[in-house]
Amino acid sequence: MEISIHTEVPTTARIDEQTLSQPHKVSAQGVNVYYGDKQALKNINLDIASNMVTALIGPSGCGKSTFLRCLNRMNDVVDGCRVEGLITLDGEDIYGRGVDVVHLRARVGMVFQKPNPFPKSIYDNVAYGPRIHGLAADRGALDDMVLHSLERAGLIDEVRDRLDAPGTGLSGGQQQRLCIARAIAVEPEVILMDEPCSALDPIATAKIEELIDDLKQNFTIIMVTHSMQQAARVSQKTAFFHLGELVEQGDTTDIFTKPEDERTQAYVTGRIG
Amino acid sequence: MTDTLNKSVPSKSQRIQAGLAKRYRAEKRFRLYGIAAIAAPISFLAIMLVVIGSRGVGAFQQTYAQLSITFDEQYITDNDWQGIVKASLRETFPDVSARRDKKKLYKLMSSGAGFDLQAMYKIDPTLLGQTRTVWLPMSDDIDMLMKGKIDRALAEGDRRVSDKELVWIDHLIANDVIDLQFNTRFFTSGDSREPELAGIAGAFMGSILSLAVCFILSFPLGVMTAVYLEEFAPKNTWTYIIEVNINNLAAVPSIVFGLLGLAIFLNFFMLPRSAPLVGGMVLALMTLPTIIIASRAALRAVPPSIREAAYGMGASQVQTVLHHVLPLAMPGMLTGTIIGMAQALGESAPLLMIGMVAFIVDIPGNFTDPATALPIQIYLWADSPERAFSERTAAAILVLVGFLIMMNLIAVIVRKKFERRW
Repeated sequence: MEISIHTEVPTTARIDEQTLSQPHKVSAQGVNVYYGDKQALKNINLDIASNMVTALIGPSGCGKSTFLRCLNRMNDVVDGCRVEGLITLDGEDIYGRGVDVVHLRARVGMVFQKPNPFPKSIYDNVAYGPRIHGLAADRGALDDMVLHSLERAGLIDEVRDRLDAPGTGLSGGQQQRLCIARAIAVEPEVILMDEPCSALDPIATAKIEELIDDLKQNFTIIMVTHSMQQAARVSQKTAFFHLGELVEQGDTTDIFTKPEDERTQAYVTGRIG
Repeated sequence: MTDTLNKSVPSKSQRIQAGLAKRYRAEKRFRLYGIAAIAAPISFLAIMLVVIGSRGVGAFQQTYAQLSITFDEQYITDNDWQGIVKASLRETFPDVSARRDKKKLYKLMSSGAGFDLQAMYKIDPTLLGQTRTVWLPMSDDIDMLMKGKIDRALAEGDRRVSDKELVWIDHLIANDVIDLQFNTRFFTSGDSREPELAGIAGAFMGSILSLAVCFILSFPLGVMTAVYLEEFAPKNTWTYIIEVNINNLAAVPSIVFGLLGLAIFLNFFMLPRSAPLVGGMVLALMTLPTIIIASRAALRAVPPSIREAAYGMGASQVQTVLHHVLPLAMPGMLTGTIIGMAQALGESAPLLMIGMVAFIVDIPGNFTDPATALPIQIYLWADSPERAFSERTAAAILVLVGFLIMMNLIAVIVRKKFERRW
């Protein structure tokens, strides 16, 4: 069983020395999250390396999405949600006094579980971020940004001649890549992905995974996934959450082949979850 | 033993079969109830429209008589325009000599006939001393007679038109100088004591002016309130109390808003009585809860994923609302607003309290002119004793219904336009 999973781990999951030596992009220390009286996350300590894909895995309700949403403060808009502890981006406390959420989210982009393009044209979807953050000096620069982002999201060939068509008219996989293009248009440093492929068919999933693999050269990617194969295929680091606790973290190969904790072992082999 | 048992007890599929027929029957029955439920209101509506339509359509025509009119200088200098009409009648019926008969003869024509001549002369003063054949409106009783609403077979004392008048009318008919013509006056003039001179234009303008004030006040206020309560306000006891109160306001009888308008707008702020400005303000108070409730529902119907997407991109709360939530909620908000405006259009009780129930002949030209509104005009006419007012009442209802349909059409078109933004 373990061997079969090992063989599925592609070569991209190997970690070379250079990336290992890179500093931590995002770091969580002693993070507790409460929804009202209920504690959703218990004392999470997790460092996330730059230019890598970190997968957060675990059974439903284990708090992995909650943790992800803490990293760009999406939980701020949730009533009754309270975050304790320290989360830093490049050593800076993102819940600190002087930190503006708008600025933070321009640095930490997000892609959601269900593709959620705006009900506007494909062009306007991608241009939205640069527009609200005032990134483009003129129309030409904005055009370049949009085209470049669509290219990096691997969508440009499919939409080049219909940039004015509604983004909601694309297929599910295309919509999700549009959302990725929209997220990378503001050149964030970190991209959070909350089960980006769970609503997609295998072919669209494969395309997104390929894209994630490309994107990690420029971005630090943290993704929540329910598919262990996906975690094994695209991530270099994996963190296993269970019942609000971070049970184990480490190199993806290690987590899948020689997990230290019994619960991790049980989860990756499909016995719990 | 087991075999016989198996045979007597129906198999599972047989049981299901037996149940299916019953289920289909129940479904069919339910559908029939539904169709009946729809058919009932539709037939009521149809009956209402047919009855009002058949009664009111007569008011769109008016009886005119063709008279040979001499613009005599003497009458014109005396400003006795009706005198010209009387002279013409004496000429047409030279054998009427008794004073009482003459008075009756004069009453064939509307008292507005003289005004028509005056208007003609004003446009073309060269008419002085000339003779022209002119179509002039006849009185309401003759109008009713010509439209068949007065029964000639009744005894003379039981009908509004005497035998002598019938003879004169028959004479006019024989000479082919009496005719039903399109009643432009109904659409262009204000109210009048004389049914044949009364028009809907004053009330129509009053309604339009009031609704304009109502819309200008209630739409922005309602939408802003809804957006604030739904998107920005903290969810605490205070906002809960406000919410409950808004919901209650929607159920407050409209006359209470009229009393409020009377007490606050008229007596305290000293705003003019009977003015569309105040009418619109009172109607706005009444419409606000409807708009707020509909707008909040529309905002709540915007999928949370759109908000998340905007927040995830780093949009501020205001940007999220203005760029994404509001455009998506706008069609629903407009629907709510149109429902509110339609209610306001049909509302009469609050307007009674602020004096918009007065008899007003002039057509209001601005927001502070005394005015009345369509439903109140309908009420006033329905209350009038003259026979001819009953068809005018029905016609005014038709105008009101037409206005409503027009408003709803505009709403549908506007909504479709907004919806095209996906």
